Amino acid sequence: MKKFEIQNVKDTRSGFGAGLSILGKENPKVVALCADLTGSLKMDAFQKAHPERFFQAGIAEANMMGVAAGLTIGGWIPFTGTFANFSTGRVYDQIRQSIAYSHKNVKICASHAGLTLGEDGATHQILEDIGLMKMLPGMTVINPCDYNQTLAATIAIAKHEGPVYLRFGRPAVPNFTEENQTFEIGKALLLNEGKDVSIFATGHLVWKAIQAGEKLAEMGIDAEIINIHTIKPLDEEAILKSVAKTRCVVSAEEHQMNGGLGDSIAQLLARKMPTPMEMVAVNDSFGESGTPDDLMKKYGLEAENIVAAVQAVLSRK
Amino acid sequence: MAQLTIVELKQLSSQIRRDILRMVHACKSGHPGGSLGCADYFAALYFGVLNHNIDFKMNGIGEDVFFLSNGHISPVFYSTLARAGYFPIAELSTFRRLNSRLQGHPTTHEHLPGIRIASGSLGQGVSVACGAALSKKLNGDKGLVQVLMGDGEIQEGQNWEAFMFAAHQKIDNLIVTIDFNGQQIDGSTQAVMGIGNDIEAKMLSFGWEVLHMDGHNFESILSTMKQAKALCGNGKPIFIMMKTEMGYPVDFMMGSHKWHGVAPNDQELEKALAQLPETLGDY
Repeated sequence: MKKFEIQNVKDTRSGFGAGLSILGKENPKVVALCADLTGSLKMDAFQKAHPERFFQAGIAEANMMGVAAGLTIGGWIPFTGTFANFSTGRVYDQIRQSIAYSHKNVKICASHAGLTLGEDGATHQILEDIGLMKMLPGMTVINPCDYNQTLAATIAIAKHEGPVYLRFGRPAVPNFTEENQTFEIGKALLLNEGKDVSIFATGHLVWKAIQAGEKLAEMGIDAEIINIHTIKPLDEEAILKSVAKTRCVVSAEEHQMNGGLGDSIAQLLARKMPTPMEMVAVNDSFGESGTPDDLMKKYGLEAENIVAAVQAVLSRK
Repeated sequence: MAQLTIVELKQLSSQIRRDILRMVHACKSGHPGGSLGCADYFAALYFGVLNHNIDFKMNGIGEDVFFLSNGHISPVFYSTLARAGYFPIAELSTFRRLNSRLQGHPTTHEHLPGIRIASGSLGQGVSVACGAALSKKLNGDKGLVQVLMGDGEIQEGQNWEAFMFAAHQKIDNLIVTIDFNGQQIDGSTQAVMGIGNDIEAKMLSFGWEVLHMDGHNFESILSTMKQAKALCGNGKPIFIMMKTEMGYPVDFMMGSHKWHGVAPNDQELEKALAQLPETLGDY
């Protein structure tokens, strides 16, 4: 098992904020909108440096999405910022009609996704957002795994023409991917080569998959670990190549099992390469208040849950 | 585009109304009531108010841009765009048919020239227009942004978010016209969900300029639009309350919500067309 060095522990939302600041300097067409969560989204540096390109939308997300759609008419590249819950479920119809169906070049940037939002509880812990967004025709869906990758993804989506959903989180997590990496939308990243099982993880679960891989190695199981930072478009080629070798699959994500990454992979495999598969995800349940660590344990999103899923899928191989 | 005289505008709106009825009749669906009511507004807008280019560019830089928020009155929008030269008039016959660019509700998806946003799900047009107006300001573009919305549509909460936003951001290159016909699908707006007799007071308290016009009087439309343009640039968005009658001027279609979304049958079409002179040739 390859060794991964933790450079530091940082929140992915700060990666977004840092990426947005760089874009502010490098891309004069980038504008930002925020629905009263500028500090939470780490958008304050952009706001301070480029007040003329920052629009406070207030607690009115539906309007913010429409305004963002309108700003594209005339050539601006709007980045909207609010929590994942208010970036998707609350404004689904606005995104569907005014952004996705209208082909508007809006970047929907969503923080505090999933259980790791923590103590605020289920009202704010959206676990359905990937599913909601990936169902929209033409929508790109990205869930980077750490600070460095979120920063790189933020810069990359400004160059991509079309609507994008960028999902990130609140807590400080291990920052282990390369600094100043180039982010390629839709390109799966092979983190560890292995032959016994393919573990496909996204977002915060990528680090957990690495931890699981280390435990599996001690048990003599050689896991291939792949970071699927782009859920849509899915890197089908990379997934099929890995599965053709390992013949069994585990997916891992901080999201509902319905509609998430595992669901996308299962659809692909059912069509092209039926394979035993287990899914580490939240199973048709809302979250609750608690610390991020306690929640990840209670809802079965830890490294040991990935290990157990690998053992289960190996027995079905 | 050359501006038309009042006589020419009257001829044009009669033809647009014929187009509306024939389109809706041909596919046995669509929304004739509000479309007929807004035909004079559209004729005036595209042939006397907007600075626009029929060589369509999505960005609309240097032009005035228009958004239709109540997308269900697409027949009047399509007829006006075709009559203005955005696309062939003959294409009106494809309205609501399979593989048509003239979808039931306007969309950019089929790349129909003249359409800059999809609409149909109500309440989103003013927000989009706010964004387009901010875009013009950022671009140093002196063009204006115009929107038409329905009065029933004002029941959608997003409008009030947008009204707040526009005033807060001092979006003063924006003119929103509301089609005040007092009708919606289930009945009169007051019966369905009392939007109040004080829309003007509401808009004033939200920080907008408010004007009034008669949507069936070209002199009123043109002079009010001229006044609205003159008020632009003063730090406030502009709201025009346009009084219209759903179904105007077809005698059996007026004064009721019945014709909001119902197509006329053969006899009804004939009866209606008899009241509307064919001025520019049917499609």
